[in-house]
Amino acid sequence: MTHRPRTKQIHLAAHFPGVNNTTVWADPRSRSQIDFSSFEHLARTAERGLFDFFFLAEGLRLREHKGRIHDLDVVGRPESLTVLSALAAVTDRLGLAATVNATFNEPYELARRLASLDHLSGGRAAWNVVTSSDAFTGENFRRGGFLDRADRYTRAAEFVATARELWDSWTPDGPDGPDGSVGEPRPFAHHGQHFDIAGEFGVPRPPQGHPVVIQAGDSPEGREFAASAADVVFTRHGTLEAGRAFYADVKGRLAAYGREPDDLKIMPGVTFVLGDTAAEAQERAIEIRRQQVSPQNAILALEQVWGVDLSAYDPDGPLPDIDPDPDSTLVQGRVKVGDPRAVAEQWRALSRAKGLSIHQTVIETTSRQSFIGTPAAVAEQFDEFVRTDAADGFILVPHLTPGGLDEFVERVVPLLQERGAFRTEYEGATLRSHLGLPEPVRKG
Amino acid sequence: MTTPAATGRGPLHLAAAIDQPGAYDAAPYTESARLAEHGALDFVTLGDSFARQGLDALAVLARIAPATGRVGLVPTVTTTHTEPFHVQAAVATLDWVSHGRAGWAVEVSATEAEAKLFGRRRAAPREALWREAGEVAEVARRLWDSWEDDAEIRDVATGRFIDRDKLHYVDFEGRSFSVRGPSIVPRPPQGHPVVVVDATTGGHARETAVRHADVALVRAASPAQAGAARADLHRRAAELGRDPGQLRVLAALVVDLGGGEQAARPGHGGGPLPTAEGPLYRGGPVDLADLIAGWHAADAVDGFHLTPVEPRRDLERLVNGTVSLLQHRGLFRTFYPGATLREHLGLARPANRYAALAGDPT
Repeated sequence: MTHRPRTKQIHLAAHFPGVNNTTVWADPRSRSQIDFSSFEHLARTAERGLFDFFFLAEGLRLREHKGRIHDLDVVGRPESLTVLSALAAVTDRLGLAATVNATFNEPYELARRLASLDHLSGGRAAWNVVTSSDAFTGENFRRGGFLDRADRYTRAAEFVATARELWDSWTPDGPDGPDGSVGEPRPFAHHGQHFDIAGEFGVPRPPQGHPVVIQAGDSPEGREFAASAADVVFTRHGTLEAGRAFYADVKGRLAAYGREPDDLKIMPGVTFVLGDTAAEAQERAIEIRRQQVSPQNAILALEQVWGVDLSAYDPDGPLPDIDPDPDSTLVQGRVKVGDPRAVAEQWRALSRAKGLSIHQTVIETTSRQSFIGTPAAVAEQFDEFVRTDAADGFILVPHLTPGGLDEFVERVVPLLQERGAFRTEYEGATLRSHLGLPEPVRKG
Repeated sequence: MTTPAATGRGPLHLAAAIDQPGAYDAAPYTESARLAEHGALDFVTLGDSFARQGLDALAVLARIAPATGRVGLVPTVTTTHTEPFHVQAAVATLDWVSHGRAGWAVEVSATEAEAKLFGRRRAAPREALWREAGEVAEVARRLWDSWEDDAEIRDVATGRFIDRDKLHYVDFEGRSFSVRGPSIVPRPPQGHPVVVVDATTGGHARETAVRHADVALVRAASPAQAGAARADLHRRAAELGRDPGQLRVLAALVVDLGGGEQAARPGHGGGPLPTAEGPLYRGGPVDLADLIAGWHAADAVDGFHLTPVEPRRDLERLVNGTVSLLQHRGLFRTFYPGATLREHLGLARPANRYAALAGDPT
């Protein structure tokens, strides 16, 4: 048996390109965002690269801009849990993560769907818990937009706790037990602020005990929720220093819940551009940014900040002098810009300093890729982030469907492996085993 | 008023249930679906209910989709405690991942036990729930039309990914829910996945079949009973302006082929026995082939949906015995000439209601 000094291991996940302008649809290599073959290609690529999991975002209402459906980016997607169930047939080890809203679902049904995916995939399911409170999305649902903002995390927390009660409700005779039985259902009853339910759960305890729980969101409530209940945090990517501060903060919250630092993995979402030389990578990055921000998209990005109709402005001309409307409802179905006045001022300053047009300013400010460089440089930076506790790994967001991960898997993964920082084979069968997460303790 | 004339026997359609109590992994379901596909059956069904022990049926059939190539996949999805928007998106996605082989068996959740699993509403009478189910089917079909087929344009010159004039709000206001739309999922390959409704009982279940079903199931113990139900369904569909030729009616039988080549139990003329689970055929595969051929020759039904008593044993005997005999007699297809479930069933791909409106200057 060989003993190499074990460096901290990197965890990798692949995000299917989303419905925003990170995804370049105008490139001739871009294929369907809907056909199963695109999902299969990306998932198989991720599995070839020995990734921990494959990640799907969620859509519940098409975005709107100025009261009309937003038409400049990718629009539409299939429903995540159904796609992942099908992907379970064409992959063997890859984790399968779905984003599903805790506001517009009920614990019994969603716990059942997630447990079903975990059984059908042999223990590879994950759930990215998100919440929503807006009446705009609610117009598609029985519930409407009924939830106070303040109740979002209390509902999400109770939702996750209730799902765990359901997953734990069968008797412990697991499939690995002496008689190979799956156990028997026992009655459950949950009486809480948000849910008051009772009965028997229809599905035996999932192979992972509980599917992996992912939390996305950087607010203090989100961090606390993650520390109490999540296995993975999907966070924003920033500088090494910002990453270390976030990492220390979130990991520091775990002890209060009786958890170890390793029990929660921190994985920022990142983009990347590779080249044979640093200069080539930079050139490609600029080209991709141009593809991501069309002149029309530049005006739209401006309107998202200003909150007013700017269609009369020339994308090749200067930025508007007028101030943003912070209370605008021009944009629906997106996260609002935090402080529009400050952003507008920042953009105007940049435009003045560098003499940039609207189009050039938006390209400069809104879509810079996280990692740009040669495969060796990117591997080095990944390793540094993880070694120095700014992250436990990364959720990669390729800009092309379905081939956007091919080059990374072919060129960067082998270098991470050479550094001893990434697995050379899957050691376990379940997503929990890839992530090095403990088996959840059964309650009840 | 005219009753549609019998147009003569169409091709025989066959479907089978692949429910397997106690199976919690994909393998046995995959095996059954492949067996059904080997027999060129139109589709397989997988029942579901929140009160039952078992995996989510739609998820199971999505898991099977890449492991099969032609057979239709029809899960039960209930409408009482679920969100109509999620239901239609999941069914549409099953159609995408199966390349046009999805169906949806509509069902309601009528028990107090199911209501308590959700804690949102009390149990209600089946009639009220089926009225709601009809609304869910209506909104699903509207949402499947909410994207026109050619809405995605990828027009680089104008920077537009979609032509938003080809996306439509559905603005559905039902008695218990409303949906704005459009769907998040583009129009599925079949236009509308195949809607299946058990129309055995009268009332709103049959009314839902008349309005929305592509395939109606009728649990009937005799060809006369099945034929009467079919005539009623066709007549009422025609009254609503539907083409009755686009509504397939299948007799639903539970089959017990455990008796080997033995004839059906004496005393009931080889016909099915009425039981609590529905009409039960008990006998050999050869006699079942005779029964199927006889009912079909009498133009009582368009085909059969068969639920094995013993899932694996009876499906194997059904496919290798009954179906191969029907094929040998030239009464059932030996391969799939088409690719989608609608093609197997001889059903047209529906026109898009919103596209039709857009093309109408009035």
